[in-house]
Amino acid sequence: MTMEFFVDPSRCIGCQACFHACAECESHRGLSMIHLDFVDRSSSPQTTPTVCMHCEDPTCAKVCPADAIKQTAEGIVQSALKPRCIGCSNCVLSCPFGVPRYLPAQDQMMKCDMCYDRTSVGLAPMCATVCPSGALYYGPRETIEKSRRETPINSFTFGRRVVKTKVNMMVGNGAEELDIDVASFMLGIRGWQEKGSGI
Amino acid sequence: MTNQPLTPNPHPPAFPIPWEDEQTVTRRNFMSFVLLLSTTLLASTGLLGLVNWFQRRSTAQFTPALIATVNDVPIASAKLFSYPTAHDPCLLIRLAENQFVAYSQKCTHLSCPVIYQAQKNEFFCPCHAGRFAVDDGRVLGGPPQRPLPRILLNVKGHEVWATGVHV
Repeated sequence: MTMEFFVDPSRCIGCQACFHACAECESHRGLSMIHLDFVDRSSSPQTTPTVCMHCEDPTCAKVCPADAIKQTAEGIVQSALKPRCIGCSNCVLSCPFGVPRYLPAQDQMMKCDMCYDRTSVGLAPMCATVCPSGALYYGPRETIEKSRRETPINSFTFGRRVVKTKVNMMVGNGAEELDIDVASFMLGIRGWQEKGSGI
Repeated sequence: MTNQPLTPNPHPPAFPIPWEDEQTVTRRNFMSFVLLLSTTLLASTGLLGLVNWFQRRSTAQFTPALIATVNDVPIASAKLFSYPTAHDPCLLIRLAENQFVAYSQKCTHLSCPVIYQAQKNEFFCPCHAGRFAVDDGRVLGGPPQRPLPRILLNVKGHEVWATGVHV
């Protein structure tokens, strides 16, 4: 039975259990490698857990000038290798999902590795084991397809670039891929700022 | 146009992204490495030879230097001096009343300093037991393959002058 990772932002209740559980993973050594983002802080308290989507063709690894980011045979994109990472933050800027974080204290990029020490031996990632609302789920695809209204997708379009990922995103309306129009969103932000946000 | 997916990047990645590819050395890569290494070694050997040849040519004109007076060196003893530069230690040996010879002190094996042994009338290298004849600098034993470079001398009255190096 193939186990897969599913993220459903609509179920996130912002409890931060995933964030703290991540730090408990043995190989993470007390550092949390995921983050909880507000969708639109000014208009809603809605949060979403940001775990690495583990792209099939990882942009972070492609832009790394130091050959520091590697992908395992299972498709897991690892954190930057400590002896190689030069702290340029290319990966941080290039990731379409905003996942990698550069940690200045250790001069290294760290990101979600889907608890590789656990998932490689059949265990669920720490975040998925503690999520009380099912926003993060690790298990067979059949199970989640039966129990949820949303459908899992792993294809995202950024402009003309199609990004396929190992991690699935739960979306409504039977969509087969998510078209993320970053340029229009940024224009909207600018228009909103020009009109006067009161900030 | 906007919705058309991008064509795949025609340029190969600079590094292998899959972990297992990094551990894999293909036969083509291995052969390229071996070929490159052997070519580099061959070219560098030729280059070193060429540099050495030019250096010898450029230093062919030696400046005579006063290295000792006759009274400085008793018979069957040695005096240390440097010629043609301060980094070229040499030994001046007085074999008889009016007979002087001088050789580079660097052993032609691995450049250890040789020691003059008057009783045996030879130079001895303590590093690997190389031995050279005092008469002409030829190899008598041990690992050295080439004779000691000989310093050409000119005795003018009481002064001993070095005038060149004969390799």
